[in-house]
Amino acid sequence: MLKNITLGQYYPGDSIIHRMDPRVKLLATLAYIVCVFLFQGLIGWILLTAILVVLTKLSGVPFRMMAKGVRALWPLLVITAFFNLFFTQGEDLWRLGVIHITDAGLHQAIFYALRLIYLIMGSSLMTLTTSPNKLTDGLEKGLSWMSRIGVPVHEIALMMSIALRFIPILGEEAEKIKKAQLARGADFDEGNVIRRALALIPILVPLFVSAFSRAQDLSQAMDARCYHGGEGRTKLHPLVYEKRDWIGYFLIAVMIAAFILLRVRDLPLPF
Amino acid sequence: MTNFVEARELQYQYQIKDENGEVLRTIEALAGLDLAIAPGEFIAVLGANGSGKSTLARHLNALLHPAGGMLYIDGKDASLAENELSIRKAAGMVFQNPDNQLVAGVVEEDVAFGPENIGVPTEEIEKRVEESLQAVGMSSYRYHSPNHLSGGQKQRIAIAGVLAMHPKCIIFDESTAMLDPAGRREVLEAAHERNRKDNVTIIWITHFMEEAAGADRIYVMDKGHIVLTGTPGEVFAREDMLSAIGLETPAVTRLAEELKASGLPLSETILKREQLTAEILKTKEIFGSFVHGAALPVSGADDLDLLESASLKEQKQNRILLDAKKVSFTYGSNTPYLTQALHAVDLQLNKGSFHALIGPTGSGKSTLVQTLGGLQKPERGHVFLEGEDIYGQGFSKKKLRSRLGLLFQYPEYQLFETTVLRDVAFGPGNLGYSEDEAKEKAVYGLRLAGVDERFWSQSPFELSGGEKRRVAIAGVLAMDPEILIMDEPTAGLDPAGKKNLFQLLTSLNKEQGITILLVSHSMDDVAECADRITVLRKGEVRLTGSPELVFREKELLEKMDLALPEAAAIAQELSDCGIPIGRDVYTYEGLEKALGRYLC
Repeated sequence: MLKNITLGQYYPGDSIIHRMDPRVKLLATLAYIVCVFLFQGLIGWILLTAILVVLTKLSGVPFRMMAKGVRALWPLLVITAFFNLFFTQGEDLWRLGVIHITDAGLHQAIFYALRLIYLIMGSSLMTLTTSPNKLTDGLEKGLSWMSRIGVPVHEIALMMSIALRFIPILGEEAEKIKKAQLARGADFDEGNVIRRALALIPILVPLFVSAFSRAQDLSQAMDARCYHGGEGRTKLHPLVYEKRDWIGYFLIAVMIAAFILLRVRDLPLPF
Repeated sequence: MTNFVEARELQYQYQIKDENGEVLRTIEALAGLDLAIAPGEFIAVLGANGSGKSTLARHLNALLHPAGGMLYIDGKDASLAENELSIRKAAGMVFQNPDNQLVAGVVEEDVAFGPENIGVPTEEIEKRVEESLQAVGMSSYRYHSPNHLSGGQKQRIAIAGVLAMHPKCIIFDESTAMLDPAGRREVLEAAHERNRKDNVTIIWITHFMEEAAGADRIYVMDKGHIVLTGTPGEVFAREDMLSAIGLETPAVTRLAEELKASGLPLSETILKREQLTAEILKTKEIFGSFVHGAALPVSGADDLDLLESASLKEQKQNRILLDAKKVSFTYGSNTPYLTQALHAVDLQLNKGSFHALIGPTGSGKSTLVQTLGGLQKPERGHVFLEGEDIYGQGFSKKKLRSRLGLLFQYPEYQLFETTVLRDVAFGPGNLGYSEDEAKEKAVYGLRLAGVDERFWSQSPFELSGGEKRRVAIAGVLAMDPEILIMDEPTAGLDPAGKKNLFQLLTSLNKEQGITILLVSHSMDDVAECADRITVLRKGEVRLTGSPELVFREKELLEKMDLALPEAAAIAQELSDCGIPIGRDVYTYEGLEKALGRYLC
């Protein structure tokens, strides 16, 4: 049950991509996603594919790991393709009564599916090469400017990392409580949906009680270790930019510029 | 030299409020307590559950602030909020639950959490993390996730996390209560080492007397007061007083007192096993010739009796109720984490027996319990309930549930209903009884488990730890099982609670005729009540038989990191030294009798 959930899907390694500052990777992912929706024409295609292939090679993450992410989201792909295929206006290629496929529809279906696949693969590459802890650090530091407008960035990041630690523990606990109730004759597989939902109460109530008592314990333990908010805290592994990270930022800028150029060239310009 | 802790007339009250915020009653947790602890001392604070010792611990770490009286820690007034951080820095705390005090998902980051909070520069944190992990012997786990460590290892990480703040004092608030004996030793040793090497003041809060034996000084608490203080020897000599407040002197000490009373000239108070054997051997020198004479007529009649009754017992119990045959199980067959949890395990549970399953953590006990209880189908092998395969087709799970009760560790975590009575009726209700019948069964279970009637209509979440445990047991007894399988039923209970529970189990077995399988990692716990013992290690049955037979295999048990019960160890050491008390003695009662015989 809950035990099998893996948060993030980190693929351990020591490549340059793994070592890169998470803030650079986060921005790169964002930029890549924007480019996926900006691109047009064959050159755009080639560029996007090349970027993905080169980065994947550099990271040493096997291709099948990347494909896994796509496979997990195939229903989304099918649904988008379906709607694009049958509900886009254009020249009929094929018609049967009210059902018809247009040339534009076919084009859209293929391109949106491809865009989604590139999007998923691009972001998978980030989660595969960045440990959840680094990711949290990157978010905390990368978004720290938001704390000036009142967003509790440090607290949110801390919550994320605590959640990462406790989800497997609570998962195991849920499993244990389930078995304990099974031993008391509980039945979780019989009856209709409502009965089955009600049967979960003997698992959920103890789980919540335990989660709250754990939270209380943890907050005391944190107090005891002098935790008093993000102010004045230092870090064991502070995020510090290195040369490779600046190069990364530079390459991101180049990529965005290239795609804007491509897009501008294709636009019907007034001059 | 000024004291590290100085408390005078320290007071603290908890208020129990109802839903509307009205104060129902006030609990006097600390009722004018005096305390003085010098730097570098190893102090043990003893007290039963509810004696106020945890409240005291939280004061020493400035998690709670005194409601009255005076408290100075490291020379700072603990009632002032501005001293909070510096007190917490000087006096670190290791809590009870190993899981709930680690913050980060990587060991090194957790150790760094404290120093990060107090703004230690990065390079310095790095250094402290390394030193602290080394001090507790956990350096090789630096980049691991705490989730894959044992309880004892997690507590050592917690200690490292405190050490990294360079404290002058560490408070251990029942930090060993949830650990197995090996983990307990690990943590206690780590505390002593810090005390010895770095002169860190240790305040060790516990209800295990054995752990207090190595302290410089002991404070005994009851109802918010310090009622007794002194060296371990002085405190343990006051057995009457200790038992009156729900504590127990170590069994060795009690045995020595009994022997003294029957005329053996033992010196002062005995704290440890080695001390007792040495003392008894000294008396042998005094009574040398006398002993020699007494050695000859070891009464054969007694031994015959023993044999006969054993075979009678055997006959009576010959009916096999639950029979596991060649049970095997592996975890994570398709992952790199493949582990063989059980390997061709045979286990027979005879009707009416009190069977103990012993094994260190990770021996496969839990998996075996689940397999026997019909919750985990074995990959190979079968489990038969009176000849019927419980995983076979057509075997009704309901029938199994009605005949076999199963309780996991900390069973109180499974309570969920609004009242105790309704919770206990959950099991019978699942078996198909009507609401009224289920209630009737619940009442039966509650009576049997000894849950006081005034709790029946209360919420189970309002009860104390020991009462909750009884309610959970009642929940299984209400299903009227013939077999009761329990995984570590006494874990986390104080000595009084533990004693009560063993009495309950013995009476269920003797009077109700319920067959019991008790899972434990402590030989001492089962020596007094089990009539059959199976030792499991690394998923294999290593030993099985009567206690006499199992305890004879001292070397084998030691190899498995399982200590003999104290009484058996004493008996064997003494008989190795030529005192004729027989190597088959393994209970304190037996030891006392045998020694008495040798004395007269």
